[in-house]
Amino acid sequence: MDRPDLAPNTRETRVEKLPSVDVVIIGFGWTGSIMAQQMLEAGLNVVAIERGGWRDTPTDFAPTMAPDELRYYWRHEMFQETARETLTFRNNISQTALPMRKWGSFLPGSGVGGAGVHWNGQTFRFLPSDFVAKTHNEERYGPLPTGMTVQDYGVTYDELEPHFDTFEKLCGISGKAGNINGEIVEGGNPFEGWRSSEYPNPPMEMTFTQHRFEEAARGMGLNPFPGPSANMSRAYTNQHGISLAPCTYCGFCEKFGCGNYSKASPQTTIIPVVMRNPNFTLRTNSEVLHINKHPDGTRATGVTYIDADGRTFEQPAEIVIVAAYQLQSTRLMLLSGIGQPYDPRSGEGVVGKNYTYQVMSSINVFYDEEYTNNFVGAGALGMIVDDYNGDNFDHSGLGFIGGAYIGAWTTNARPIESHPVPEGVPEWGSEWKRSVRQNFLKTASISVHGASMAYRQNYLDLDPTYTDHWGRPLMRMTYDFTVNDRRLTNHITPIAEEIARGMGGREVKVNSREGAYDSVPYQTTHNTGGTIMGQNPSESVVNRYLQSWDCHNVFVMGAGAFPQNAGYNPTDTVAALAYFSADAIRNQYLQNPGPMVQA
Amino acid sequence: MGGRTDLTRRAFLRHTLLAGTVLAGFPTLALAREYRGGHQWPWESGRADVPHYGLETDTFLTIGERQFVDAATARLIPSDDDGPGAREADVVTFIDRQLAGFYGRGQRWYMKGPFPEDVLDTQGYQSEYPPADLYRVSIAAIDEWCAQNRDGRSFADLEEAEQDEILTMIEEEELTVTGVPLATFFSLLHDNAIEGFFADPIYGGNRDMVGWAYVGFPGARYDYRDYIAHNGQAIVMPPVSLMGRPGWTAER
Repeated sequence: MDRPDLAPNTRETRVEKLPSVDVVIIGFGWTGSIMAQQMLEAGLNVVAIERGGWRDTPTDFAPTMAPDELRYYWRHEMFQETARETLTFRNNISQTALPMRKWGSFLPGSGVGGAGVHWNGQTFRFLPSDFVAKTHNEERYGPLPTGMTVQDYGVTYDELEPHFDTFEKLCGISGKAGNINGEIVEGGNPFEGWRSSEYPNPPMEMTFTQHRFEEAARGMGLNPFPGPSANMSRAYTNQHGISLAPCTYCGFCEKFGCGNYSKASPQTTIIPVVMRNPNFTLRTNSEVLHINKHPDGTRATGVTYIDADGRTFEQPAEIVIVAAYQLQSTRLMLLSGIGQPYDPRSGEGVVGKNYTYQVMSSINVFYDEEYTNNFVGAGALGMIVDDYNGDNFDHSGLGFIGGAYIGAWTTNARPIESHPVPEGVPEWGSEWKRSVRQNFLKTASISVHGASMAYRQNYLDLDPTYTDHWGRPLMRMTYDFTVNDRRLTNHITPIAEEIARGMGGREVKVNSREGAYDSVPYQTTHNTGGTIMGQNPSESVVNRYLQSWDCHNVFVMGAGAFPQNAGYNPTDTVAALAYFSADAIRNQYLQNPGPMVQA
Repeated sequence: MGGRTDLTRRAFLRHTLLAGTVLAGFPTLALAREYRGGHQWPWESGRADVPHYGLETDTFLTIGERQFVDAATARLIPSDDDGPGAREADVVTFIDRQLAGFYGRGQRWYMKGPFPEDVLDTQGYQSEYPPADLYRVSIAAIDEWCAQNRDGRSFADLEEAEQDEILTMIEEEELTVTGVPLATFFSLLHDNAIEGFFADPIYGGNRDMVGWAYVGFPGARYDYRDYIAHNGQAIVMPPVSLMGRPGWTAER
């Protein structure tokens, strides 16, 4: 019977307590599904809570509906709705942050599979030196500059290698190894860290643009190799017995779901095995509001979530795994009061610290006679040069650390998005229209995928003004490109231009990365930091096992763990860290629950 | 040369706009579900997630507004000797249908205030008007400016060269009207015109796939494996919409 003294709106604040489970997972994308599979395999019972809906290939991205550029990219059907939750943005601390009312620079996912549904599938490992960026660079070049807050990860490449291997076999990555157990292998990336085995599938079949790029790069003495791809170069069955089909080069990868089971995603590689397990429960359209802390502050007791009908539940659990997108995971930690929020004035605190991104530039090559036919493309169809990434080249006297890969990807010719015109052509009118027609099928694109180093002034915190649809503060991002970013892109973009000029086109156009960071044009969905990992609680949120320093049964997955971002796409490293964490939970934590690293 | 008009009727306009616009409600509704492991894959027959492409009866623009959008988009993407433009693609119908739906209402966008005056270029769309309302106030302001400064004519009645001049002034923020973010409107109109020229024809624009045929985009095909080794040669094939097309084979 209803209590008569309840106000009409208290239905929303009444919390129903559910039976306790071993593990609750927040978010059911790549890391959520990997951790679910790992915890279930350890015999635990698992509940995953996903704020978006169920999605599967035949229902949500069938080939008869998937190639719809307007719907999925420009009307954002694959992504989190900003109406529900967005973030505010400003370039520096003196400005007032305003909400990103519609997405631009990056596209956070939502729903089962997360952003793993709409990624391109470019699947690189970070370099061994990237994991020890502070130590490595200081040993070679001296102390880091003032204000740069680059740190070591606290885990090494050698420790992660088996887990990279597991994920690449899960996905059936198509590629060519350049270093197998220390032996340099012809045709692969000679700069990469050692691999315990060859890629599970051969490289994608390259097309005109890649052939021209490879020839030009070799002519300059560089070392081109096939981009590691989560698009299948042939039919493949992974370690869980789940099959993927050969990629059809349809040109609708990034921002789209694959209708053909040809792109590795949680749906096509691991969710089926999770859903078969009777110890698993998935709750969709249910959003975790906060993680609940035990009064003694040393552990969490579970999570509180609200479903789409506005009903609120408490889900008690022995282990809480935060597996949302980087931005949401940082926000959840702040909303839950786990870890000290970062203060850029004092440099104290950790949650929200070291937000980094990616410094992207590109070159277009325009041809007169030859056709590049970019509609024959795939998300990770490309040739790459890694000679200027990480510390693969001598940075002495350059004034920056880190680097970028230079890649000739042929991902698409989706015309709303991709209709490049040469320098000097107006943006509308007859001259623009004619130029779009003349160049539409005759343009190659070379991208420069730059690392992003952490600085004291770039960070995440809670916004003082704007709220989400439940009335909670939005995340606030304070970010601008740094002196390291500018020197990096100014050094490497001209090298990409030189390759581009060697590709036999009529002219090139350099799309430099200049000015303040702009949240409007799409750059990349590689947001990192905020819940960084490290060697001690004074400078990181989680330890090397992604375990919270504050609450020992809270584990925070995702690119939020990166203390700074490397010159690669993040997914492979995100997944390897998840498997490394899962291994530690299974083999250490479950036997002796408590901090796995003593502070 | 620039013009500046104080739009004192702003509050009144906003009031009438609200009355004329479908309630900008909650974002896309969805039901919470629980899926228990160990059961069948939770696929449901006949539940394909079909696109919301709008109907011919979905309109937002008045006749006068339609004339403006038709005239302005025909300057952005002109019909000329080189090929079809916004008019052949029926971009105005595309835009009208979009404005009548969730897009026009800004239903999926974050539209909570406050809306401060000082906005950085790097902060993107900060208008308090969702797209449909921004079209309405902007078209009214531009036509009023034209009436005052171009002999009582509306934008659609001007010569093409005059239209180009005015669009350029708006784009470059030389023509401004207090309370109406015309440069933001121009940017939105430009985006929407390109969408209407190149989106799948199910949305009402790109009629008969003229935009795709013009640039050589084959459309919603999904298997190009036979063409990977094109080696820089042209691949000629007629475009295909999500609705299909009569001829499915390549002309090789």
